[in-house]
Amino acid sequence: MRLRRRAPSQPAGRTGDRVLFALCAFAVLLVGLTLFGVIFQLISNANPSISRFGLPFLTHTTWKPNKPFETFGAGAMIYGTVVSSLFALALATPLGIAIGLYLSMMARPGVRAVVGSMVEMLAAVPSVIMGFWGLYVLAPFMATHIEPALHSVLGFIPLFGAAQTTGLGLFTAGVILALMILPIIASLSRDLFMTVPAELKDGAAALGATRWEIIRGIVLPTTASGVAAATVLGLGRALGEAIAVTLVVGNLTKIQASLFKPGVTMASLIANEFQYPESKLHVPSLFYLALVLVVIGLLASLAARAIAGRFDVHSQFGVT
Amino acid sequence: MTEYADAPDWTGPLTASGNLRRRERVSRAIEFGAIAAAIIAVAMLALVVAGVVSHGASNLSFSFVTTNESAIAGGGIGNALIGTGVVVAAGALLAIPIGVLTALYVTEVAGPASRSGRALKLGLDLMQGLPTVIVGLFIYGLIVLSQGKQTGWAASVALAIVMLPLTARASQEVLQLVPASLREAADALGVARWRAVVGVILPAAAGGIATGSILAVARAAGETAPVLICNSIYTANTTQLNIFTHGIPTIPMYIYLSTDSIDPNAIKLAWAAAFVLLICILAANIGARVLLARNRARILGG
Repeated sequence: MRLRRRAPSQPAGRTGDRVLFALCAFAVLLVGLTLFGVIFQLISNANPSISRFGLPFLTHTTWKPNKPFETFGAGAMIYGTVVSSLFALALATPLGIAIGLYLSMMARPGVRAVVGSMVEMLAAVPSVIMGFWGLYVLAPFMATHIEPALHSVLGFIPLFGAAQTTGLGLFTAGVILALMILPIIASLSRDLFMTVPAELKDGAAALGATRWEIIRGIVLPTTASGVAAATVLGLGRALGEAIAVTLVVGNLTKIQASLFKPGVTMASLIANEFQYPESKLHVPSLFYLALVLVVIGLLASLAARAIAGRFDVHSQFGVT
Repeated sequence: MTEYADAPDWTGPLTASGNLRRRERVSRAIEFGAIAAAIIAVAMLALVVAGVVSHGASNLSFSFVTTNESAIAGGGIGNALIGTGVVVAAGALLAIPIGVLTALYVTEVAGPASRSGRALKLGLDLMQGLPTVIVGLFIYGLIVLSQGKQTGWAASVALAIVMLPLTARASQEVLQLVPASLREAADALGVARWRAVVGVILPAAAGGIATGSILAVARAAGETAPVLICNSIYTANTTQLNIFTHGIPTIPMYIYLSTDSIDPNAIKLAWAAAFVLLICILAANIGARVLLARNRARILGG
């Protein structure tokens, strides 16, 4: 009887391992290809608009896609995107950090689990439902209650002009965006605050610090860069939200001083106009707009990573 | 001996006075603010859900869920419900295997600290950061333009890109929880790596991968922007199952398009559709959370 040179499982194992490796590598490659594909598709489809309008597209504020004009400029959209996102961030950041503090330092474990999942559940609400609710419930409420009140108190600031009858505008869009990014900031900052070593907090408490002094002196400084990264992540989400914004923003491609007036963002304009191109350069210009949006979003993403990369409480304090 | 009139009573019980009282008042005010913030967030969720439920429940009926959308406006969501199911399922069939494979690459092949592992994590983060409307435009350029028409398949691929980072991250987290002793035991028995993956590691992580996938599917089911760009031209009153050749009606499009409708009844019906969609998504989320907690406990405990 002749001995086999190899155990029967070995060649099969080797082939199997190769197949597994190839499949895994293929999947990883797909991720990379997709990202490059996105950039390639945006550039190639935007090309007619890029070569026609060039960089002044970014500052030009007239957007008239219909036939006799065919003028395209992204100024109003960039303005609307920046204003609504920053407003959303201004609302959601303090709220989110406060919720993170409550969940990580004050709530009992049972309450923490329930409230924490409810806050995260807010992120599960689809954007179309958020926008639909904003259009038919929030916007009328804004128009009749919040906006007149803000106008009467802060009316001397041009941002808070006279209320509109519909309530559709950058202000309502900002509030909806704030609701959508609040769970991101809240749950990320909760996770960050939970990583603060108990020794540091206990030490401060033993020295007589009140809870607020522990927060201000220990918790926030050790997690500051992580919280900043969470905020930038929220910003990235707000910049790119299309459907919810398009339903409540009013879709007027014009820069107006008052937040209560209808406006437009880059993503909302794409969602609103892509199906109905009115001239040859309309679709390429929307792709150009998308390219600008992606570049801004990628920069935000990379910034968040760079900030978060510096954050490592354990190495900072030598606590393991 | 001199007695000081204002000498503190060292033997009495400690009471806060002066500066300390102020510090505690500040601290309490901040705590109150944090609780108020949590209440606001929970209240907003309650307001959204209550709004959808109160507007939607009154227009909901069994026939609404089973009959097709009518040709002009209104009608039921039967075909849209099936359409959402088919489009999302096709996307999930793409996203889940690829997501699991990328996770296996990180945990079993390259290692999370390796250069390629970190590059992959960066890629998945960037992918997750892509606005969904951009994903829609990408697939529009890639598939819709070359095919010359909008199809459910295009939306499926776009939704797969939305789901992929979610399934990949969830799978990677649970694969990393699989105890090293299982891998070592398989190695010690001379089991080939791929057999260990198929026979030991994946079964141990299956529950966690499933819950992560449920969350991703729930997210994709409500996505509107990619569906709007790749799959919004369809015949409203037919149940269409061939996603490769036809546009497929979906629930998010049913809701979105109702806002453009001149028929006031369309909005009432859209509330009912939103109710159905929201209940499905919230139920999937709650279910997945419960399962996840249980699985994590099982893997770590066993």
